[in-house]
Amino acid sequence: MADTTEFELVAPARLVMSRPVEMVVVPGVDGDFGVLPRHAPMLSTVRPGVIDIHTGGSVEERLFVAGGFAEVTEERCTVLAEEAFELESVSADQARERLQAARDDLAEAEGDGARERAAKAVGVAEALVAAKGP
Amino acid sequence: MPSLKDLRNRISSVKSTKKITSAMKMVAASRLKKAQEAAESSRPFAERMNRMLGTLAGSVVGLPGAPRLLAGTGDDRVHLLVVVSSNRGLCGGLNSSVARNTRALIRELQADGKEVKILCVGRKGRDQLKRDYASLIIDTYEDFGRRGITYEEAEAVSLKVLDMFEAGEFDVCTLVYNRFKSAISQIVTRQQLIPFPVPKSANENDPPADEAGAVYEFEPSEEGILNDLLPLNVKTQVFRAMTENYASEQGARMTAMDNASRNAGEMIDDLSLQYNRARQAQITKELIEIISGAEAL
Repeated sequence: MADTTEFELVAPARLVMSRPVEMVVVPGVDGDFGVLPRHAPMLSTVRPGVIDIHTGGSVEERLFVAGGFAEVTEERCTVLAEEAFELESVSADQARERLQAARDDLAEAEGDGARERAAKAVGVAEALVAAKGP
Repeated sequence: MPSLKDLRNRISSVKSTKKITSAMKMVAASRLKKAQEAAESSRPFAERMNRMLGTLAGSVVGLPGAPRLLAGTGDDRVHLLVVVSSNRGLCGGLNSSVARNTRALIRELQADGKEVKILCVGRKGRDQLKRDYASLIIDTYEDFGRRGITYEEAEAVSLKVLDMFEAGEFDVCTLVYNRFKSAISQIVTRQQLIPFPVPKSANENDPPADEAGAVYEFEPSEEGILNDLLPLNVKTQVFRAMTENYASEQGARMTAMDNASRNAGEMIDDLSLQYNRARQAQITKELIEIISGAEAL
């Protein structure tokens, strides 16, 4: 059994996942980074994208996060996400519908704050569509 | 002495009241279970958030470039109170105790010469505060909690708070809500939301290293992360307050309705006794009338 690091993915309403993993790849703002056991401690902002959990050299599970924060220490990796779910739980069509809805919202948004938030939602939806592939 | 018919009517009306209160009690009990789970499952996020913020804030606090959500506006003249209450009544003293606590807080603040603004979340709290402080209430949210609290509902409230803060409309923000302790006990809690209260252990006396002695790397930068993390923290805390309050509401309603059903039961017993006595007295009276009539012949 290879070394493992404690991985936790937490959404506001629930603990999505908490278990030991061999390696996890997190989409940081400055590029994806992989976390292995005894990783140097760091805090990073997470962009909307997919977290890959690797076991035995291959991707075992894929989770979508709508941005958030990652805290990495030598023995654990905690990701706080505003929204998180298994990538398989949505279909490509649902993802495209969401992108369309987000774009509509952006077109209707008034005021700087609202426009900024709508643009962020579009970014999240785009990342989701990209993750689902064509 | 009420007539037999009056008594019968009263008994049947108390009976139907009892049916309603005991049904409400059952509904509250089943919602309570869900609400309690929701309140408990929102705790891990808030806890980890606090841990991260503690780590970060300790190393940034006191620096000139610290974000305003952390350092404050450098003033504490205008206070915003976010008062969380329920949308529906019949839940015992829950909303009254929040309102009472808020009034006490307002008096304290006004005695210190501060300006107070109120943001109401929930209709019942607003109704009670409106009597004394109608002019201070700036807005009310009541469109939530039909089927539990969702994160989006809490987000709407926190975005309003953040927008107001950006616009410089207040200096300090405090949440007032009912913390869920158990089905029969809810505790009114005041929690400072803005500026973020830095935990004591993370003060400048400690070196900016965490408990394990490791120094964190930051990506992109401490300020960059804080600027994103602090607004998220506000949302999380509001969400948590709303879920806790919702669970408290269900618990309080269950207790209140249980008491009401019990009182109705007692009242039905009393009234039935009275009814039976009156009925017997009337029968006796009629018998006497017949017998004495027969004897007179």
